[in-house]
Amino acid sequence: MEWLYILMPIAGVKIFWPGLIILGVGVGIIGGFFGMGGAWMVTPGLNILGFPMAFAIGTDIAHMAGKSLISTMRHGKFGNVDYKLGMIMLVGTVVGFEAGAQMVMWLERLGSVEKVVRWIYIVLLALIAWMVFHDVAKRRQKEREAAAKGVKLEAGATGVEWHKALHKIKIPPMVHLKEAGIYCSAWLPILVSFLTGWLAGILGIGGGLIRMPALIYLIGCPTHVAVGTDLFEVMISGLYGAATYTYKGRTELVAAIIMLVGAAMGAQVGAVATKYIKGYGIRIAFGLAVVGCAISILMKLVQPWVPQYKALLDSGATVLVLGLVTCMSLYIFVRMVQGVQMELARKRAN
Amino acid sequence: MKARLNKLWWSLMLMLIALPGTALAAGGGGAPVVIVADTRKLDGVLAWWANLYNESHLQFTVLTIILIPLVGVIFGVIADIIMNHIGIDLKSRDLAEH
Repeated sequence: MEWLYILMPIAGVKIFWPGLIILGVGVGIIGGFFGMGGAWMVTPGLNILGFPMAFAIGTDIAHMAGKSLISTMRHGKFGNVDYKLGMIMLVGTVVGFEAGAQMVMWLERLGSVEKVVRWIYIVLLALIAWMVFHDVAKRRQKEREAAAKGVKLEAGATGVEWHKALHKIKIPPMVHLKEAGIYCSAWLPILVSFLTGWLAGILGIGGGLIRMPALIYLIGCPTHVAVGTDLFEVMISGLYGAATYTYKGRTELVAAIIMLVGAAMGAQVGAVATKYIKGYGIRIAFGLAVVGCAISILMKLVQPWVPQYKALLDSGATVLVLGLVTCMSLYIFVRMVQGVQMELARKRAN
Repeated sequence: MKARLNKLWWSLMLMLIALPGTALAAGGGGAPVVIVADTRKLDGVLAWWANLYNESHLQFTVLTIILIPLVGVIFGVIADIIMNHIGIDLKSRDLAEH
């Protein structure tokens, strides 16, 4: 079975390459569907396959750039990418990310910040999960109220509408974002992306997990456009990240390419699956992914209080993340197949 | 006020363009993980790849940045062809938030 293992030229470790393809397919599907890079899923997966941590991050970013490129192209064809919004947000993201990263370095000089950062992450994830499920509950309430009046709720109706209050701020220059169907001050996406970038910089993550809900709830993007536009940002930041990590010798390109074989195909499946799943279906699945991510981090955080369970909690967190990747990618794949079957049946009937 | 805000807007744009250069000038963070890759057990493409890494990190980086999108597009297009062949409409979607 030696042929199933490949020696990584830079890291110098032997890796089970079919595992890389399977991991790539799973995170590719989820990434293309939710519009995020998914570092929180890939890093533990690569670690299990035997990657040193330092290489896991760089390799993840390199494959992320390739997979988000292909998902952006697919979402672009569906009209899900607002390139103008993406470019405007890039300004805030880059500046915010740099500010966040500098702040962490400054805090590190003051003392250990790792634990604090993880707790902030937990609070943030809890807030995002609350936002998503609060929105879903509100939308259901509106549906019930409309049904009681004997009318049908319009297709574009949303639960929470915080963005409407933010759109009332009319500070020039004003921008019209065609794909997102928004007319607002350019400062709104800049400010939101600065905040999400700043948080991502502090937490040391790509930011898709924060940016996607921010695009929906603060800027007012429809879910599909939020997914596509976020992927456009992930693509650009991923390419930049891949370049810097590779230059610093932290990328194992052979592994990234093997993963990309699966991820590029998976990303297409994930992007096409958004065609068959309602915006609120995507939001609910995203909320569940956030909850899973929060629990896995929590399992790492409580270890100092229960050191006797450290090994159990470590394995539990990894099993949880990988189980989540498997279940979610299978769910998305099955829903896509069902959608395709219906579409083909409709075509045959016409 | 409007002129000032517009000025601030363009300053931010300029900052974004100049930022990567500034970051490169700063020289980056930690030390490289592997300074010289061990090529003794490698042969063929893998040996060439590791040698390229040892000779020039810059060339290695440039090639990485070219290869990653290229491989992504190639396999993405293959997936496209398969899905087209199945008969999936890859150009439009109807669903909104409902």
